[in-house]
Amino acid sequence: MRPNLILHVIAKFTIPLIILFALYVQFHGDFGPGGGFQAGVIFSAALILYSLVFGLDAAEKIIPSHWLRILAALGVVIYAGVGLVSLLLGGNYLDYTLLSSNQIAGQHLGILLVELGVGITVAAAMLILFFSFAGRGRE
Amino acid sequence: MIDIVINVTLLAFLAITAVAIVRMTNLFAIVMLYGIFSLLSAGLFVVMDAPDVAFTEAAVGAGISTVLMLATLALVKRPQKPYYDEAPRAHRAWLPLIVVVITGSVLVYGTSDIPGFGAPDAPAQTHVARYYIENALPETGVPNIVTAVLASYRGFDTLGEVAVIFTAAVAVLLLIGGRREKTTVITKDEGKQDET
Repeated sequence: MRPNLILHVIAKFTIPLIILFALYVQFHGDFGPGGGFQAGVIFSAALILYSLVFGLDAAEKIIPSHWLRILAALGVVIYAGVGLVSLLLGGNYLDYTLLSSNQIAGQHLGILLVELGVGITVAAAMLILFFSFAGRGRE
Repeated sequence: MIDIVINVTLLAFLAITAVAIVRMTNLFAIVMLYGIFSLLSAGLFVVMDAPDVAFTEAAVGAGISTVLMLATLALVKRPQKPYYDEAPRAHRAWLPLIVVVITGSVLVYGTSDIPGFGAPDAPAQTHVARYYIENALPETGVPNIVTAVLASYRGFDTLGEVAVIFTAAVAVLLLIGGRREKTTVITKDEGKQDET
């Protein structure tokens, strides 16, 4: 029997649920508690659990660290880009009203995109922190 | 009534955890108690009807930072014996005790001027909070006012926060991340040979 068999089975069972919950918190943040920040942390927690159970090398195969650096920057770019788009459409910076046909739809779209940027940056940043610390200990 | 019971219980557990953290010398146990402390704080935030804050506290305080502190503990070697066991006591215990008791009683005295929890005439509720509560739903169509304030009304602040998190990740990458120098790899191999 493999060592840590129970740990492996339970982790494989719970990690998809954690990721699903992270996506729920991400896209349901308008209506319930939560938002991009919490969703990013929960998403990274799923991958940290994976790397704790299956090892750092297996986790880095899923998301290579150079991807993480791009993703961390991409979230900030999405957030700042939404502001830039609303600026180019003739509004104020980060004024989402002009992003869509009416104010409510524009605000909705803007908040969704901005929270997505927050989530991507937070998830990538947390994973960068963890991989940096844990990767240092591997040596 | 039930709120008071839960509050008192959670606060008592918080105090017990804090005292245990102070008195303990095993760093691994202290990190675990930090996680428990964060989880208890998250419970208190839920009782105070702040689920967004509780969410963050539970995910970051009890989850990620515990893992990061454990990873740091694995990096730094723990001394066999805590150094302060051998160090002679340079001060008497009653002097810091008096300072702490006086500071604590002044702080407790200060709380008597604070408006009651959730009081509608508290300064925090009389400025923009009223505007947000009345206009967040019609102006943004988002039922969760916290999200509306964070992402729309205070979008600039949140952009700054995201930049801060990004900067933290960049700083950690610059300090301890990235590729190893060749000399490090050689010493690592030597260390392995010594072990075997």
